[in-house]
Amino acid sequence: MADCPHLPSRREALIGSGALFAWTQFPKLARAEGRDPRMLVIVLRGALDGLGTVAPVGDPDWIRLRGNRALILDGPTPALPLDSYFALNAAMPNLHRLYKARQATIVHATATAYRERSHFDGQDVLESGLPRPGTADTGWLNRALLAMAPGGRVDPRGGRAVAVGPVTPLVVRGQAPVMSWTPPQVLPASDDTQARLLDLYRHTDPKLASALESRIRLVALGRAGGMDGSPPNGAQLPPPGIARVRAYFAEAAGTAARYLARADGPRVGAMGFVGWDTHINEGAASGQLANLLGALDGALAAIETNMGDSWRETVVAVITEFGRTARINGTDGTDHGTGTVALLAGGALKGGRVVADWPGLRGADLHEGRDLKATIDLRAVLKGLLRDHLRVEEAALASAVFPGSANVAPTAGLVG
Amino acid sequence: MAESAKAVAAFALHRFGMGPRAGSIAAIESDPRGALLAELRRPRAGEVAAPGLPGSSLAFRTVAEANAVRQAKRIVAARAQKEAMRGEAGQQADNDMAARVAAGAVPDPGRQIYLNEARVRIDAALAAETGFTERLVWFWSNHFCISADKIQSMAGAYEREAIRPHILGRFADLLQAAESHPCMLFYLDQAASMGPNSIAGINRTRGLNENLAREILELHTLGVRTVYTQDDIISFAKVLTGWTFLPAGDNPEHGGEFSFNRRLHEPGPQTVVGKVYEDTGVEQGRAVLRDLAVHEATARHIATKLVRHFVADEPPPVLVDKLAAVFRETGGDLKEVTEALVSAPEAWTFSSRKLKRPSEWVISMVRAAGTTADPARFTAGLATLGEPMWRPPSPRGYADDEATWIDGMGQRLDVANTVAERIATRIDPRAIIETVLASTVAPETLQAVARAESRQQALTLLFMSPDFQRR
Repeated sequence: MADCPHLPSRREALIGSGALFAWTQFPKLARAEGRDPRMLVIVLRGALDGLGTVAPVGDPDWIRLRGNRALILDGPTPALPLDSYFALNAAMPNLHRLYKARQATIVHATATAYRERSHFDGQDVLESGLPRPGTADTGWLNRALLAMAPGGRVDPRGGRAVAVGPVTPLVVRGQAPVMSWTPPQVLPASDDTQARLLDLYRHTDPKLASALESRIRLVALGRAGGMDGSPPNGAQLPPPGIARVRAYFAEAAGTAARYLARADGPRVGAMGFVGWDTHINEGAASGQLANLLGALDGALAAIETNMGDSWRETVVAVITEFGRTARINGTDGTDHGTGTVALLAGGALKGGRVVADWPGLRGADLHEGRDLKATIDLRAVLKGLLRDHLRVEEAALASAVFPGSANVAPTAGLVG
Repeated sequence: MAESAKAVAAFALHRFGMGPRAGSIAAIESDPRGALLAELRRPRAGEVAAPGLPGSSLAFRTVAEANAVRQAKRIVAARAQKEAMRGEAGQQADNDMAARVAAGAVPDPGRQIYLNEARVRIDAALAAETGFTERLVWFWSNHFCISADKIQSMAGAYEREAIRPHILGRFADLLQAAESHPCMLFYLDQAASMGPNSIAGINRTRGLNENLAREILELHTLGVRTVYTQDDIISFAKVLTGWTFLPAGDNPEHGGEFSFNRRLHEPGPQTVVGKVYEDTGVEQGRAVLRDLAVHEATARHIATKLVRHFVADEPPPVLVDKLAAVFRETGGDLKEVTEALVSAPEAWTFSSRKLKRPSEWVISMVRAAGTTADPARFTAGLATLGEPMWRPPSPRGYADDEATWIDGMGQRLDVANTVAERIATRIDPRAIIETVLASTVAPETLQAVARAESRQQALTLLFMSPDFQRR
């Protein structure tokens, strides 16, 4: 709104909420084969506009659909070609480079089983792995880890789950223990104080004891790797802005990668970025969405850098609760929709391709006449990664990890 | 009940209030429930004096004015730079320098307004006797949340203007006040929405935005997955077109105030949740809100949220039924509903306690220490703990369950340690246990405090103890 230039948009709400990541222990089966795979899940909260991220430039109806807000291969900011049909938003040069090096795969026109348009229910379904929203209190990533542990039980000493920021994302909540970590902005308590507090909790409040144990383990791990960051003088938050968003994405993702890269570190992690709910002034090749995609691209680069040699054994999966309306709405943005993209990156991928069963963009092709139709069940992709990369058994995937998904076959050949 | 009168009083202050202060347990131990109810019955309960603080529209205009002046200074400075350098350096350098000059000359008043508002909120929580009404303010403010990340200037004034006067009135009035407040209209993108067949909609390329209509139905009234459909959302969004506020730039006296702009309003009747509403201008939206406010689904949704917040993550159905019935029978009288909550035996479950949210925990720590709180430091602390004041991550507000917050125990420990370090020279932990908590803490906590190696460590352990973290 031209009248209120001082007002930041909602994407900047992510500053306060904290980006999150969490992870837990080794995939033992894969290790037995001499592999040491890593997997990091990044949840984009708010519903990513898949068409504004990866555009079907070869679809004859594309320009008509989005008009001057359609990404195209020419003009002042040309989109980055992926194949003869799809092109990537120019804000993501790192992802494009990885794609060209066959270390990135795009899945398009995908969605979970959820077909309504509530963010909160949509995220519940995305992260819980259940077919419907409702009463979920554990996430599919946590249950996948349980399924990999011998006898379904996680050794508590081996607990390697961590959440960056004080709030744990649902996708990694569950029986497998979770630790949490944030950049130290205040003076940390001494080891002795922690030990005494832990003793008090063990005698009075087992749940608090378990939460504190996880934190102590993580701090120890961080110290061993020389990861004590110097505390910023954080008494006052700097003003929100895209530069801070970029720094935050890169720091959170980069820190996750440093933990994952360690020989004695965790192997699976998850984190969340908010701010993708672009109802107003979304932009296209530049603007709000492009800024966020640029920050995400920087986060992917930070992960690649900090993983070092382990990058070749890594898969990063970027997923979101649903897509946005195919058409631009009345306020130069998009509203809640259905089909969207999933972005996969990592040296373990057999990448360099767009996986899609393209539904088309004519009115009759659209879901309920308004959204990109979802032709690939996102659970198939996630099951494919869990089966072929982490070696989670297919039977467990169809029952414990993604209940009710027996008829959703894992996508084969994503890693190789 | 086996608990001592002092233990019941401490429980009441933790669960329903802002936590015990020196002497508060003794003051209410003869009748804790009566003390809570008495606080509700005070005249103008929930309202707060804020002398010298601007209302929302003035705050909005103040920030807009500063932005305009800064922009003008930037342009003037850039011209002067260009003149002085005669094109020797690049254009970029000119602009950066000019922006710095302008920013230095005209700082953003929004941050200071936010901190002043935070001070009013913090002081109200510290000064309250039980703190029950302030807890209700926090609850309703979170239910009808906005975000200062999107509109910092109005965030605090919104709570004072739209929430506080109505927390013990009719839900319908609270709903009308919140949804028509410029802060909400901006936060949920309503102010720019226009009906496709409105005069403005025909003349311009902008159109309908569903955001506010959706969140009213999903979050503020009926609740998600209840009786409404996507068509209801669209119709309701059309009903609400025209609900906007006056821009600051062209209106130095009334910019930022609510305005119904008929030129944006979609003409004609609309059907929302099975009822046809004739086009009566702004009254059309008010009529929909009136009906939503007393809908059966709304009664259940509000009852469930209240019980989840105050009593248990898994709300006991008996208690939800009770509150929903009172809500229905009284047409949404929030005082009656709140009294029913406190009066119900199911709300006094000593055996299972909720984990305090970070904001509740921090304020109870400051109350127990008997100190004051600096707003900048207080709000930074809450941000560290994942609950920055008036900055929820989404329109759903902050979550009210243990699973969301328990993994933040490490951050709480750091904050407790920092607070303890600051106050350890002045505050004796044993004095807090005796005068504030009336020795109601668990024997293990008592022992840990007694054996601590320092006052700082003892205070940290006390603030982190389950006695202090749970309510």
